[in-house]
Amino acid sequence: MVRFNMILLLIAVVCALGTVTSQHRARKLFQAVEGEHERVRKLDIEYGQLQLELSTWATHPRIEQIARGTLHMVTPDAVGRVVDKPATKPATKGGR
Amino acid sequence: MVVRRRTRRGHRFTESPVLQLALQGWRSRMVGLLLMGAFAALVGRSFYLQVINNDFLQEKGESRYLRDIEVSASRGKIVDRNGDMLAVSTPMKSIWAIPADARTMSAGQKRQLAALLDMSVRDLEGRIAPEKTFVFIKRQVPPETADRIAALKLPGVHQEKEYRRYYPTGDMTAHVVGFTGVDDKGLEGVERAFQPSLIGRHGSRTVIRDRRGNIVEDIGALKPPQDGQDIRLALDSKIQYLAYSQLKAAVEVNRAKAGGIIVIDVRSGEVLALVNLPTYNPNNRESLSGPQLRNRALTDTFEPGSTLKPFTAALALERGKFRPDTVINCAPGRITIGRATISDAHPHGALTVAQVIQKSSNVGVTKMALTLPAQDMWQMFDAVGFGQLPHLGFPGEVTGRLRSWKNWRPIEQATMSYGHGISVSLIQLARAYSVFARDGDLIPLSLLKTDEPAVAGVPVFSPETARGMRAMLEMAAGPEGTAPLARVPGYRVGGKTGTAHKLVDGAYANKYVSAFVGFAPVSDPRLIVAVMIDEPSAGKHYGGSVAGPVFSQVMGASLRTLGILPDAPTQVAGADGAKGRL
Repeated sequence: MVRFNMILLLIAVVCALGTVTSQHRARKLFQAVEGEHERVRKLDIEYGQLQLELSTWATHPRIEQIARGTLHMVTPDAVGRVVDKPATKPATKGGR
Repeated sequence: MVVRRRTRRGHRFTESPVLQLALQGWRSRMVGLLLMGAFAALVGRSFYLQVINNDFLQEKGESRYLRDIEVSASRGKIVDRNGDMLAVSTPMKSIWAIPADARTMSAGQKRQLAALLDMSVRDLEGRIAPEKTFVFIKRQVPPETADRIAALKLPGVHQEKEYRRYYPTGDMTAHVVGFTGVDDKGLEGVERAFQPSLIGRHGSRTVIRDRRGNIVEDIGALKPPQDGQDIRLALDSKIQYLAYSQLKAAVEVNRAKAGGIIVIDVRSGEVLALVNLPTYNPNNRESLSGPQLRNRALTDTFEPGSTLKPFTAALALERGKFRPDTVINCAPGRITIGRATISDAHPHGALTVAQVIQKSSNVGVTKMALTLPAQDMWQMFDAVGFGQLPHLGFPGEVTGRLRSWKNWRPIEQATMSYGHGISVSLIQLARAYSVFARDGDLIPLSLLKTDEPAVAGVPVFSPETARGMRAMLEMAAGPEGTAPLARVPGYRVGGKTGTAHKLVDGAYANKYVSAFVGFAPVSDPRLIVAVMIDEPSAGKHYGGSVAGPVFSQVMGASLRTLGILPDAPTQVAGADGAKGRL
């Protein structure tokens, strides 16, 4: 009877220790997840800032300035334009 | 008696009189009762604490390790139809202080903080001087700077997260997009009109924190955060830029007070561009004043002048009183109604209805208008949207002024036929022209991108009338018309000039509003462009020569941008062997 009780006690202790370790592990993992979430947030913010930077670099006034100033591009006048497909009849009459 | 009997049994000792005062039974019972009472009190107290007053203690316990933390949500972006950013929020920090604590900073710490915040030590000391419990030292500080301040571990200096709104396109789209205040509240434009959907709702969640402040367990979300919705405008930032740069150049060349331009997609009613000048930079609003802020195209009205003539003519055609080739005698360039005389800028002889529109004859239009009942004219103006809100949902949009037909005098009906005595906003004018660009129906406009290709319009004129007017308006923008400068090489365009005297203090002054409204390509109209230049003062003031060139540039470039096929090409590939050299 005493031996049986001792075995039960041992099992109880092992279970208790198991609970403690798994709880600890769960908290560790949770912290890792939290860290990753934080990283997601940070990257999200950085992405937003990069998007902002992109749109600031790609504003139309700047593009036009570079195209005309640095690359010396010009809009062709009507005489220099050739239309690929003859537009003898209205291209799209549908959709109304 | 009893006692004496006991003594006789020989217990002499007990006969002592001291022992006569035997321990009374109630005393021991009393002690027992007191002990029991105390025990009962303890049980009662513990029952009270454990069962009845449980919540309070539970709360106290949880407050030692449970925390509700706020999960922030950001404001929605505003993008153009192609997804280009027009307004974005990015996180910033605000630096605040508890003045009493912050005053304990050493001189060196103050210097460091002031340097990081780009302010003088004196300013900083001024900030933390008042006897308050909370002051902002600086708001909207970049996160990197805030991190460096946090690393200094200054006493009484704290930080809080907030958002700052950026507008990459700046002054180009300022009037449409608007701006927000420091607390993410939309103050102008789309930012204000769509505030409820743009705004993000902060959420919160409950967590367990350990001694070092790390989150160790998530108990659950109280409220999930909700990011604001992104708003996709109908605006095309490329066309918006073209319109902006052309209008800006025209306003400068003509030394005008203000200007406005609107580009509308004829099929969907989407507003592809809307520019007002003068404008402002929404990223730096320090020197902002009222006139710059106004979205004139929606909030200001003007007398549209000759741009209204096509409506009068269309109504006359619709009623069957005139045909495009009906001849009207406009000589000698004057007509007298009551005590007033209406005259043409250049006297004309006999003109057909088409020529009246082409040459923009006031006399010709007046003669047409006087054959029409006042009520009919009012109904037509009302049907094309004058005197009514454009219903864009934009703050401050106006109805314009269209008086009831019941008290029109003949002279008023005559002046209204050519756009005086009635006031409209530029957006109303642009929208009204959709009845000619389409087959006689008026469509609602949209600031937001719509996915449906076509919307059902409200018919105002018959398709035949609309087609007839298109032909006349093409003549007006032709070599013999009032606006040859409005032509676009490669495309057939139609449109009408307007040059109206401005009303200043109730009298017509020598100031003008020059306008041009038109559409292209005439064979199958896709775009409407309306240009208005306020008080050009560099010599020219006719709509054809001031607003016409802007129309031509913006229309031409927009049609090319949208890849709309020219309907009057100068060269066709295959005809002369040249191919694909665009």
